[in-house]
Amino acid sequence: MFGYYFHLALRSLRRNKVLTALMVLAIAVGIGAAMTTLTVMHILSGDPLPGKSAQIFYPQVDPMPASAYSKSHPLPQMDYRSAVDLWSAHRANRQALFVDSPVKVQAPKSNLPPLMLTLASTTADFFPMFNVPFEYGSGWTAADDTSHARVVVISNDLNNRLFAGKDSVGKTLRVNKSSVRIVGVLKPWHPSPRFYSVFGAVSGFGQGMPAYAKAEDVFVPFFTGIDINDGAFQQYTCWGRVKHPGHLVNAPCLWVALWVELDSPAKVASYRAFLTHYAQQQKALGRFANTDTRMLDLMGWLDHIHVVPSDVKLQTWLAFAFLAICLFNTVGLLLAKFLRRAGEIGVRRALGASRRAVFAQCLVEAGLIGLIGGIGGLLLTYVGLWLVRRQGAAYAGLVHLDVSMFIVTFALAIAVSLIAGALPALRASRIAPALQLKTL
Amino acid sequence: MQIKPILSALKKHRLATILIALEIALACAVLCNAASMIATRLSAMNIVSGVDESSLGILTVTGYAPDQASDLNARMVAGLRTIPGVESAHVVSTVPFGPQGAVSGITLDHKTYPVVVEFYEGDPGTPKALGLKLVAGHMPVLDDYQVQPKNGYLPALSRVLVTRALATRLWPGEQAVGKQFWAGPFQFRVIGVVANLAMDHPAWWGKRAPGWSVFVPALPGGLLSGSYLIRAKPQELNRVMVAAQAKVRKIAPNVVIDHASSHTVGYLRAQFFKADRAMAGLLIGVIVALLGVTALGIVGLASFWVAQRRKQIGIRRAIGATRADILRYFQTENFLIVTFGVVLGIILAIVVNLALMHVFEVSRLPLWYLPIAAVVLWILGQLAVLAPALRASHVPPVVATRSV
Repeated sequence: MFGYYFHLALRSLRRNKVLTALMVLAIAVGIGAAMTTLTVMHILSGDPLPGKSAQIFYPQVDPMPASAYSKSHPLPQMDYRSAVDLWSAHRANRQALFVDSPVKVQAPKSNLPPLMLTLASTTADFFPMFNVPFEYGSGWTAADDTSHARVVVISNDLNNRLFAGKDSVGKTLRVNKSSVRIVGVLKPWHPSPRFYSVFGAVSGFGQGMPAYAKAEDVFVPFFTGIDINDGAFQQYTCWGRVKHPGHLVNAPCLWVALWVELDSPAKVASYRAFLTHYAQQQKALGRFANTDTRMLDLMGWLDHIHVVPSDVKLQTWLAFAFLAICLFNTVGLLLAKFLRRAGEIGVRRALGASRRAVFAQCLVEAGLIGLIGGIGGLLLTYVGLWLVRRQGAAYAGLVHLDVSMFIVTFALAIAVSLIAGALPALRASRIAPALQLKTL
Repeated sequence: MQIKPILSALKKHRLATILIALEIALACAVLCNAASMIATRLSAMNIVSGVDESSLGILTVTGYAPDQASDLNARMVAGLRTIPGVESAHVVSTVPFGPQGAVSGITLDHKTYPVVVEFYEGDPGTPKALGLKLVAGHMPVLDDYQVQPKNGYLPALSRVLVTRALATRLWPGEQAVGKQFWAGPFQFRVIGVVANLAMDHPAWWGKRAPGWSVFVPALPGGLLSGSYLIRAKPQELNRVMVAAQAKVRKIAPNVVIDHASSHTVGYLRAQFFKADRAMAGLLIGVIVALLGVTALGIVGLASFWVAQRRKQIGIRRAIGATRADILRYFQTENFLIVTFGVVLGIILAIVVNLALMHVFEVSRLPLWYLPIAAVVLWILGQLAVLAPALRASHVPPVVATRSV
């Protein structure tokens, strides 16, 4: 029966080409707009560590004095002492300190001009914790962390620039004024958003958007970084005077982050208790004024700092409002179309077709329009994404249509047209046969 | 023209009428809100920076040790001034739309910090090179430019210029010159008020960019190093900026040019508002597509109704209705449907606006947008219905005598 209805639908659509084209176009434009923005949303709000993000947590304590200013939660980073205290307790399965700073890098015996890059100072667990892939060599060891070892892991991109993509493990690099030995080269690694180093200050105005910047090019052990790039560190905020700008160890400033990996709910609960205990202990020592702590998991944290730009959210709402308009449009046109065939339907009903059969026939026709509209919508989505890439936002390079969104496009198109078709089909199926036959 | 028969005809097509009216209502809501958002973006883009944008550029370098700062400043300024076409070169902290500068809360009473302001620093001659317009007090004299402390941000007391917007905010109705304020341990005394000086990243304060800026006269050195203001004639500026980068490689081969922040102020401004421009373009695109789809919907539905009522039209013509009557019938019908949609749409527009204000940083919808949107939709409806209505008016009376 479906084949026959399909055939009938094709005939019906061919009968009034202009109207068919209008309906297909409306669905295609609506789907194109909705899918373009939905794809951007999907990419920007995606899970940067699929399968693992639920085990990654961002602990926070509040070292600010009570008088600093009124607030209800700990600020996004920690002071040096709290972060190092929590890290060295080793209460989690894995834990990594993290801080970014600008640094000058040069390959010795090379006539390339020096580069200004971002230096990630972190600890050994960073690489296994965030599933960072290595092309050559590996990360450093926990012993390298404590011994302030002069070792470095570089990005694939930097390795291509400085060493033409060859295995550079064992070579040295000038980082600021120190020589460091390369122990690892990463595979191309583009976590988006760059989840481990967005700490608030993500502006919703499309400006800068550090959240979608590319990953750092140089990674060194945390304490090594503090040594060799002294004077270049920037605070999130300070609550007292900094004696030497850029040197923040023991300064009254927030500037270090800590990430932990906890593999079971019991571990999570005990880590929370540990954080609370730490805050209370520090208060007893007179170092903290507030004992507020917080520990969000990775996705919770990204949501908390509003990592998806509000412009993108606004565009998504806009696109769906637009799709709704297209939907109303299609419902109206289908209604007109089906009711115009009232005579034909009346005859079918009189010859014994059930309401359900008429309903099915109309729905097949609506679904066919949806399918064709979906193909058009897919093409328009490609055009839309191309336009987004040309727009030059920080996330532009990431935007592409993946398999799941490809399927969603068709599902959405057919769902939209079936919804659009349901009401007119229902009306058509309720046409009274006798009334129609009388007018013939 | 009698409206009653039209209304009873519409009642027979209740569902289709409601659908098209809802479509128009939704279009009206989106149209009003999108137009208001476009206006907000465009007005943000028109912010007055208070500096001679077309004559200015900034060159930023990094990767030198703090103890080389003074030496680098001297070499850079001297070197940049030798480039043909350069009118002046100055050491500055940043320029409007340039790299991030110093931002701090300030206080008048050491208790509350009512405003967050932008601090610009610059060496002697910078206010003139920027093109700041003085409205009260005086420009800093040579004595006001102080040496930067070796390991700190500012001297204990600075004599500064403030913008008119900041002066009005801090001391409404009073003379600002001679007044003082503090930022942490640092004290500031106002010596002059300038008309405008935009904050370097106005959008960080939302779309309300208040223009609360302070200019601190300072001698180069310490933290005031690495960024250089270049002034040239507008038509020569691009060439000068290219020459300046080449010059830096000669003057200081070991520093790294920050290419992202070394541009003309005009270019930086364009970059700064890129996202807003893209969003405005997108909104305009949506409005056009939206009106197009709505118009096509009206055309489609009206065509169907005309085709459906051929016989009735024929009868009306046969019993004396003129072509104009038929034309007017469909036009009035469309007017009624659009009016119904617009009334719903105005309510919806306001509701949507309130919701958007709650969730996003969207400003209140100016009420005068509503009648304009209504007129636009009426015109759109009339244009869309014209072709089907004309077709209807050409239905010959003889149709009445034929069956089906």
